[in-house]
Amino acid sequence: MSRQPFVRPLPKASWYLGNARYRRYMLREVTCLLVGFYCFLMIWALAALAGGSAERWEAFLASQQNTAMLVVHAAALVYYLVYMTFDWFKLAPKAMPVQLGEKKLPDRAIVIGHYAAWAIVTLLIFRLAGVL
Amino acid sequence: MTIARKAVVWGLFAAGGTVSAFLFPAVIALFLLVAGGRVPPGLGFENLHAFAAGWVGKSILFIVISLSLWHAAHRLRVVFHDFGVRQDKAVANAVYLVAAVGTVLTAFYLYSIA
Repeated sequence: MSRQPFVRPLPKASWYLGNARYRRYMLREVTCLLVGFYCFLMIWALAALAGGSAERWEAFLASQQNTAMLVVHAAALVYYLVYMTFDWFKLAPKAMPVQLGEKKLPDRAIVIGHYAAWAIVTLLIFRLAGVL
Repeated sequence: MTIARKAVVWGLFAAGGTVSAFLFPAVIALFLLVAGGRVPPGLGFENLHAFAAGWVGKSILFIVISLSLWHAAHRLRVVFHDFGVRQDKAVANAVYLVAAVGTVLTAFYLYSIA
């Protein structure tokens, strides 16, 4: 290492603010908080279910029914779709390119495949849950 | 050793990311319906309990929740770094510990649902 290495001064906690790509990256990365939040919400639900009685389950459902949660879920759904799900699909052909012999499957095909699979899986869950 | 461990962490991150990207919008939508007081019939006690009591339902719930937890933990570790926290060892221990606790809790509650 040289005796006087040049270290470009970079703000440690706000380096991404000046660049649209970096901002997008950060907006995407923080979706992990939502994933964690809903994991523990599901674990809470499982705990209520493990209680083994309909009363215990109804009490859990009742605890989830309020305006604050309604707002949280609505905002979370929009944010999650835009910055997690759709971004994940967009990056899929870069993370997992599909090689077919000499050729590569076009990126568009992979992305469209993801959207189609997502629509089917979502419909299936809604079906199972009795929404549809 | 380092490389092998990285492969495991990255594999869990990618698998959990795929699972949560595909399934969580529906999960959030279901919580949204519940919050709005419109509990779909499939989320009634009888139906959901029957689903979680069978081994297919148990497997699906365990795989989805645990993989998503590890995905979130790994991404959160990187987020800490990106926000300027440079104590990576401590951060890694903390986030992976939370994921491990969540995984154990998931297994325990699913085991309890008979």
